[in-house]
Amino acid sequence: MKHIKTLNTKNLPCSAKKGGCGECQTSCQSACKTSCTVGNQACEK
Amino acid sequence: MIHKFKFENSNIVMDIHSGSIHLLDDVAYTLVEEAETLSKEELMLKYAGQFEKEQIEEAYEELMSLKEQQMLYTPDLYEEFVPAFLEREPVVKALCLHVAHDCNLACQYCFAGEGEYHGERGMMSFEVGKNAIDFIIQNSKHRKNIEIDFFGGEPLMNFEVVKQIVEYARSREAESGKTFRFTMTTNGVLLNDEIIDYLNANMYNVVLSLDGRPEVNDRMRPTCNGKGSYEVILPKFKKLVEKRQGKQYYVRGTFTRHNLDFAEDVKHIHEAGFDEVSVEPVVAPTTMNYALQQEDVSQLCKEYETLAKHMVKLTKQGKGFNFFHFMIDLEGGPCVHKRLAGCGSGTEYLAVTPDGDLYPCHQFVGLPEFKMGDVKQGITNLEKRAEFEKCNVYSKEMCKSCWAKFQCSGGCAANSYNFHGTINSVYEIGCALQKKRIECAVGIKAELLESE
Repeated sequence: MKHIKTLNTKNLPCSAKKGGCGECQTSCQSACKTSCTVGNQACEK
Repeated sequence: MIHKFKFENSNIVMDIHSGSIHLLDDVAYTLVEEAETLSKEELMLKYAGQFEKEQIEEAYEELMSLKEQQMLYTPDLYEEFVPAFLEREPVVKALCLHVAHDCNLACQYCFAGEGEYHGERGMMSFEVGKNAIDFIIQNSKHRKNIEIDFFGGEPLMNFEVVKQIVEYARSREAESGKTFRFTMTTNGVLLNDEIIDYLNANMYNVVLSLDGRPEVNDRMRPTCNGKGSYEVILPKFKKLVEKRQGKQYYVRGTFTRHNLDFAEDVKHIHEAGFDEVSVEPVVAPTTMNYALQQEDVSQLCKEYETLAKHMVKLTKQGKGFNFFHFMIDLEGGPCVHKRLAGCGSGTEYLAVTPDGDLYPCHQFVGLPEFKMGDVKQGITNLEKRAEFEKCNVYSKEMCKSCWAKFQCSGGCAANSYNFHGTINSVYEIGCALQKKRIECAVGIKAELLESE
């Protein structure tokens, strides 16, 4: 493409099909304790 | 839904419902909103004086190609997941153990008072800790990874019990099929060589509290007799991190209205030798003189941008570091289920008081209406648990239409409660800062990609 470059390969609809195992870290346990920072957690799969 | 913004030299478009992020040239960036509804001919007519006809045509075709691949203008597919998601079997996978409701610092902004959380000072007994471990093994169902955070007050004031709880949990791992990951959040005052070695051997993560520059730290984090804590703590944290051999840690600070230039504190912590930094906005009633106010938001947003640009510069020089709130995983990250559910407070995540009472999270501890049960009897306040279970991105009107909804997942329930008296609202200053942090996190990635 000449005008657009895609930065990532994330596919949320796909994660909806295979996700939900719940093994990932609880966000408030990693560092924050006062603000909800879910989007930066890593997937355990 | 799309969200577009500029960061340094990058024109960025986020497609919210697919999670795709695109960098656009000026032509495509100008057209991207209207291309969803206007035809190519209408766009060519409208922008004839601004861009070449051929450029408009090409950009339009590229935008439509992304749409076909479900990477742009993707419709919201997720609200229909919510009923199934509400049916999930309750599972507890993380506990915040308040092993000490007492503290050896007197931090001005502490939501726990000086460790006592609206109640009496007290220490958790091993018996209560053991019951908490039994409770989570029983209630975590098929989940393998269990998280235990030793919290306070100051957890090192009850270090012997921490060791006993760790030993007990480890002794139950094999037969229960669980893996315990321990974290400790400490102010560092009591660290010595023996404790440092123990924490590095046994804690999956340590969160080390330090606010930044000495004057900033000491103003808000004095000792109980009014002296500064910076000089006492810094050498201990340095020693702990040097000996940690790459295991997870964060030096974690809080910024307040007294240091709206908090990027200087992040830089200070990094320059003091720490590569894993988290500095977060204070959450406090607006009547406190250190509380952040609505009118501070624009300055704070500029400060995040200053920090992001500084980090891009350092990364390009090979001297980058990690800032917790700018972490973003563009390839993976949490699945949609996690993004819908949020932090899990009151459901997957609970706090345990020294007496063994259960609360939805550490920030609700001591508020009687939020007591959910105790570690011996389990959850008895099913109504309260149901209230937290139902809380998700789509249960909050203001979140449904927000472009940041899959990053903050509806925000912090305690913040919402503290400012609006309900867990189903949002804390507006927190939202504004969260959005800016997401833009900065994506902006950093974009700038680094462009410079490759």
